[in-house]
Amino acid sequence: MAVHTGVLPGFRLTLGYTLFYLSLIVLLPVAAVFGKTLELGWGEFVDVVSNPRVLAAYRLSFGAALAAAAIDAVFGLLLAWVLVRYSFPGKRLVDALIDLPFALPTAVAGIALTALYAPNGWLGGWLAALGVKVAFTPLGILVALVFIGIPFVVRTVQPVLEEFEPEFEEAAASLGASRWQVFRHVILPHVLPATVTGFALAFARAVGEYGSVIFIAGNIPFVSEIVPLLIIGQLEQYNEAGATAIATVMLVISFTLLLVINALQAWAARRGGKEQ
Amino acid sequence: MSIEVRHICKRFGAFTALDDVSLAFPDGELVALLGPSGCGKTTLLRVIAGLEQSDSGQVLFDGEDASDTHVRERRVGFVFQHYALFRHMSVFDNVAFGLRMKPRRERPSEAEIRRRVMALLELVQLDWLADRFPSQLSGGQRQRIALARALAVEPKVLLLDEPFGALDAKVRKELRRWLRRLHDELHVTSIFVTHDQEEALEVADRVVLMHRGRVEQVGSPEEVYHHPATPFVYDFLGSVNRFEGRVEESGVRVGEALLLHEAPLPAGEAVIAFARPFELDIVPAESDRGVPARVARILAFGASARVELDGEGEPARRFEVELPRERCTALGLTPGQPVRLVPARLRVFAVE
Repeated sequence: MAVHTGVLPGFRLTLGYTLFYLSLIVLLPVAAVFGKTLELGWGEFVDVVSNPRVLAAYRLSFGAALAAAAIDAVFGLLLAWVLVRYSFPGKRLVDALIDLPFALPTAVAGIALTALYAPNGWLGGWLAALGVKVAFTPLGILVALVFIGIPFVVRTVQPVLEEFEPEFEEAAASLGASRWQVFRHVILPHVLPATVTGFALAFARAVGEYGSVIFIAGNIPFVSEIVPLLIIGQLEQYNEAGATAIATVMLVISFTLLLVINALQAWAARRGGKEQ
Repeated sequence: MSIEVRHICKRFGAFTALDDVSLAFPDGELVALLGPSGCGKTTLLRVIAGLEQSDSGQVLFDGEDASDTHVRERRVGFVFQHYALFRHMSVFDNVAFGLRMKPRRERPSEAEIRRRVMALLELVQLDWLADRFPSQLSGGQRQRIALARALAVEPKVLLLDEPFGALDAKVRKELRRWLRRLHDELHVTSIFVTHDQEEALEVADRVVLMHRGRVEQVGSPEEVYHHPATPFVYDFLGSVNRFEGRVEESGVRVGEALLLHEAPLPAGEAVIAFARPFELDIVPAESDRGVPARVARILAFGASARVELDGEGEPARRFEVELPRERCTALGLTPGQPVRLVPARLRVFAVE
């Protein structure tokens, strides 16, 4: 063991405690999912997870989550920028509103969005006239996921933007850079790591989202049925092994994607000069 | 390029940062904007750069109105107090930034950019740091890189906002001499902001003294130091001893004492009189001349000795005297000893 040189004592104690806690709270339940899945044979497992209905749900869940997180990344960055850089009446109110999707019970969000976007709702009526159907389609799922994901991006980007002095933009402008060049070459490299983190959080949340989606999705098999709903369906039929099998695949894909995003984020941070 | 500002006013809410400022900066000069914090010097610099819009007034570059020109088109090199180097770019990329941002048809080839950046890095004597990142450099190196970056776009004017403010005393001294030499080589019209009077007097061709959003005095370092136009300028340009009194026929009456001075003011006028520490002499208390004071502290290192004294009255005025060391020894001063102060030279201003 290396000789202890840090200011704070107790490295071994805290590490041990952390690992114990992580195991108890996170790893154990995850392991249970895998354990339960093992009750199925390989053939049965493949049958369950390669069912076309299940595959369609995977595509929808991950596709919608990625798209929603991407939309959140763009508009969250914009929102954070406006909140940090400008002062306007009601700014604090807007700032507080950002957290609302965090606090709102997801079922409430789902019901509210459905009421709004249903063909007889306020917005839904308008959109239906234009030929756009939102509620009970994948588009509705996207709307719900964008809604619940936005605070993750805003709240991760905001502090990073706050410490970004206007001086850098002024320096760039005095060197002849256009607005777009200032954004592309000076601001974006600085906020990219935080934006990617926000993207990852929004994505992770969106993949696991259940409450707000099931109301607006309509849950039509092959069209607007998400994976968590299939899992619940299996459970309702007392097919626990089937449910965990679907969940296992979801876990593996999520974990892989998050790892990739993490690597991306580390790369962006290096580009951002953070590790220099 | 010459710069002129005419009747510039700028307010931030209820605070007046610039109050009808008019100045001319001749081509090729190195000018210091000097003043205490909050005097408007940085605001004036930012207005000239186009980073700030004045409420009224004009900025003229070579006689042409540039008030409505964006900072992007003004071709000014701006150097920030905290360098504002782009952290995610290497030193080379930082310096190359301005060239690479040019519209495609004006942009030099990558080889030409490389040549020019390296030439600039050599000019600031840091070519060996081209591949480093800003966080790996010392403060003085960062500021030199910031200067090279500003020079890369061949600015017509160089504006420096407290360029040495964030550096330690030794580096600061080195760097300001270096800036002076650099300016002598390049002859770019340059304006730098500082609150350090020593820095302004040592580096600049001309010094503009600012106070509360107004220009107090403009002149060469010698002029402003030896012929301060206002009590503020006198006070700001070095340590001073201040006497309050009234003009009489043969001098200035301060309390009991009469200080000899040819005052150009009518008798009876209330005045403030200033003397620099080296313009005061200490004489024994028994003498019939001079203002009474009591020795508080004697600092005898270096070529001359510094004596701090407490004056009479409440609250006690503090005085500072600089004497040759031998004179100090000859007087045999000890703390607590009563003495008298006799100014060899006084600057007298009417009380406003």
